[in-house]
Amino acid sequence: MATLEIRDLHVSVEAENGPREILRGVDLTVKQGETHAIMGPNGSGKSTLAYSLAGHPKYTVTGGSVLLDGEDVLEMSVDERARAGVFLAMQYPVEVPGVSVSNFLRTAATAVRGEAPKLRLWVKEVKEAMASLQMDPAFAERNVNEGFSGGEKKRHEILQLELLKPKIAILDETDSGLDVDALRIVSEGINRVRSTGEVGTLLVTHYTRILRYIKPDYVHVFAGGRIVESGGAELADKLEEEGYESYVKGGASE
Amino acid sequence: MADVQNTTGATTAGSIEVGTAGAGAQLAGPGTGRSTVQQPIDARVAVKPSYDVDDFPVPHGREEDWRFTPLHRLGGLHDGSAASAARGEDKIELGLPEGVTAETVGRDDARLGKAGTPVDRVAAQAYSAFEQALVVTVPKDAVLTEPVKIDVHGEGGVNFAHLVVDVKPFAEAVVVLNHTGSGTRAANVELLVGDGAKLTFVSVQDWERDAVHVAQHNALVGRDASFKSVVVTFGGDLVRLHPRVNYAAPGGEAELFGLYFADAGQHLEHRLVIDHDTPHCRSNVAYKGALQGQDAHAVWVGDVLIRATALGTDTYELNRNLVLTDGARVDSIPNLEIETGEIVGAGHASATGRFDDEQLFYLQARGIPADEARRLVVRGFFAELVQQIGVAEIQDRLMEKIEAELEETVA
Repeated sequence: MATLEIRDLHVSVEAENGPREILRGVDLTVKQGETHAIMGPNGSGKSTLAYSLAGHPKYTVTGGSVLLDGEDVLEMSVDERARAGVFLAMQYPVEVPGVSVSNFLRTAATAVRGEAPKLRLWVKEVKEAMASLQMDPAFAERNVNEGFSGGEKKRHEILQLELLKPKIAILDETDSGLDVDALRIVSEGINRVRSTGEVGTLLVTHYTRILRYIKPDYVHVFAGGRIVESGGAELADKLEEEGYESYVKGGASE
Repeated sequence: MADVQNTTGATTAGSIEVGTAGAGAQLAGPGTGRSTVQQPIDARVAVKPSYDVDDFPVPHGREEDWRFTPLHRLGGLHDGSAASAARGEDKIELGLPEGVTAETVGRDDARLGKAGTPVDRVAAQAYSAFEQALVVTVPKDAVLTEPVKIDVHGEGGVNFAHLVVDVKPFAEAVVVLNHTGSGTRAANVELLVGDGAKLTFVSVQDWERDAVHVAQHNALVGRDASFKSVVVTFGGDLVRLHPRVNYAAPGGEAELFGLYFADAGQHLEHRLVIDHDTPHCRSNVAYKGALQGQDAHAVWVGDVLIRATALGTDTYELNRNLVLTDGARVDSIPNLEIETGEIVGAGHASATGRFDDEQLFYLQARGIPADEARRLVVRGFFAELVQQIGVAEIQDRLMEKIEAELEETVA
């Protein structure tokens, strides 16, 4: 069973006046089949955690370790992490002009699976995945994220999640900017992937709204660059009522 | 500009009369008694267009139109020494669809010199020195289903060439001029697009690494005619091309697309002029280039003139450069001169940048290895432009060529 182990992770970014520490000792273990919600106020570092795990060059790991089934993730390049089974659904997916969605998906699937998928099966697979996310087939011929609406971008991210079948899925604010219908469709897609029991999900979110559709096994409150409280789904209800105020104050006093 | 006057009543390609006020008699092209088009004189260019090489001083490199060009690598095309050197041999192979004629003619053929006048010393040198010209004619109303192919293979030495492509009214043609091999070459290409005609002219510079190629392309676009120029430059040591568009009558449309890929040490220069002196004409320019390696140098200059007479003009020009490594250099200069506000639109854009790290991160985060991600980005960068060419055969060939260039170089 795949396990992602994050131990005492410290991460900095380069700021104008030198490096600034954003993650200050994150400990978290995510196992295949589990869903963890990471919740926290803006600026708490939860997106930094997501991007650091994927290996974004902007972030420098200054301490701690991240292991996927005992393998050192921090030693891997961005693409090696993805091939090892780490997937990051981005809050702001990037436009890639001149590269069609179908070409991109096939190139990514070939890389992750280690061989080119059989064409006929692949076409069917993509078609079905797109249909279940209520995406127009014409979408495949558009350039990656170019001119996509907010909802289209997020569906496209979840389409990739469904096709690439990672061991660990990190979903960074996937719910942001979605109307209720799009949120439902995207959540259903995430739930389809979760229901296979093959993926450990790290759901990074500011709002509890998406948790009405996706029931987490664990909820962690993120503040001041680390997890300050962990609990079950009921912790989300508490956050819904009380907000992050108490945690922000606690964080500020450190 | 005050020193160019347009007479009235011209309705067909080649019959427009343009005189140069105060310049005395028209400069002599070959033959007499035929109409000519005087090329516009840019404010920044001191010398008037002329067919005669002696009308131009030898450039010293500080002139506006020569300041980016390494003169010592021109093989003497600019200072007369190439003209007195031994001539090389070109191998030219023609692929002519039915109905299309190709003739080799002498300097005095009346069909030469109609589309435009040399604007710099090398173009005038080519005009003064060529011995025979090639005239390709697409007859009136002919709609070609396959391209006209002109394959030029340089076998070394100096060559001066002159090509006329005459597309008669309401004909539709794709003409592909393909350059391979080596040598030092200066040429003028005349593209006459008759009333209501459609011409796609593709010039591919697929030279060996040591070739030198300087050429002026003059297009004269007839009433309601469409002209598309596709310039693709991969090879050569120094390539300097000068595509120019004039409109013979209202309603003309010109699209100029260009792709170039400069490797270490290569100098690839494209200078465009679109002279809107006629009402209700359109132009659209999009040139894209990638550069990599020490001293890879690309120059793009896009001059668009909208004269007071050119009411209803619609024009846009764009240049994008992708710098793949350190040590490469791009000079990108869009110029837009507008003498009337009564136009539909006019704009330009130029951008030169490196790989977008966020694009690469996005692709790599999907498991795509770094080198493949870079190739995907460059391929996409060019594909966006290639998709607009509209000739499937050419598009496929270009993408293959780009693919080969990427396999070789982007790692």
